[in-house]
Amino acid sequence: MKEEQPNMEYIDQLSGNDASFKQKFLLILKEEFPLEQKEYLESLRMKDGGRAAQIVHKLKHKFNILGLHQGYGLAVDYEEALNKGDFGLNPAFLEVLSRIEVYLKTI
Amino acid sequence: MNCIIVDDEAAARAIVAQLCSNVPDLEVIEEFPSAIEAIKFLNEQPVDVVFLDIHMPGFTGIDFIKTLKEAPGIVLTTSDKEFAIEAYEYESIVDYLVKPISPERFDKCIQKVRNSINKAQVSDQHREKSGLGEDLYINIDRRLIKLKFDEILFIEAKGDYIDIKTDKENYRVHTTLKKIKEKLPTEQFLQIHRSFIINFTKIIDIEDNSVLIEKNVIPISRSNRPELMRRLNLL
Repeated sequence: MKEEQPNMEYIDQLSGNDASFKQKFLLILKEEFPLEQKEYLESLRMKDGGRAAQIVHKLKHKFNILGLHQGYGLAVDYEEALNKGDFGLNPAFLEVLSRIEVYLKTI
Repeated sequence: MNCIIVDDEAAARAIVAQLCSNVPDLEVIEEFPSAIEAIKFLNEQPVDVVFLDIHMPGFTGIDFIKTLKEAPGIVLTTSDKEFAIEAYEYESIVDYLVKPISPERFDKCIQKVRNSINKAQVSDQHREKSGLGEDLYINIDRRLIKLKFDEILFIEAKGDYIDIKTDKENYRVHTTLKKIKEKLPTEQFLQIHRSFIINFTKIIDIEDNSVLIEKNVIPISRSNRPELMRRLNLL
């Protein structure tokens, strides 16, 4: 099955003819995503499930914004698991983060 | 209309602000990354609508709603569908938007907000017009006791006195049924018998010529019955 890729469909829909919004939004995304990614990695290092669940909650919204619906589903399950201290879905989650990281460098 | 946006994610705030910018008569006056800051602001300046993220670290959206004394219309925004049921427990919640919010769904939300503001204005105007507030002061042993209209179950005439029956107590006041009737909002209270005025919203059921309010069976007189039946939302 083909891996889903981040896209700008939702942002384009919101922007309409407002190019300045798209530009502004991308700046926010490029600024906010690496911070949240870093915070997630830090919570992982500390083995802090509660904190990791909180940051996964934030990141999953970004998955949705970027059209990563399977990634969103994964994040929902992972957030729940983290609240029980289960980090098992970390590799798959890291993979989605990595895809976003690459994508944000290309736009 | 004016609004504020409360969300700990800058991206989420930007999206709601963009959606708001497409509504000509809606102005975003401030954005906040935390509920605490928003509460401080609302204490100084009332607004019509708050777009509020539920899931924020520390002080959540639900904490925010519980803290506000006079809440404006609140539109909850969240990534979790399962909060919806809890959300509607609060009167001030106008709508519940699941992220990512589509422009079409946002338009529907704005319509709900407008309806809610209109309803509140009509209610305020009615109160102003009728000169009635939400409560009534009664004189008991030289003390003025405040009763909220919503607390009153029914009022019964007892000679030169009336008995005001509430959820918790029974108050005997030296006045007439006719005089107290003038002080009660007509949309909420109805005289159904020479000796009884009832709070229409407290009716449990109606059987033949009586009304049940809590455990009290109250007679309906023949002459008052048509008005009572007219008021009922009969299926």
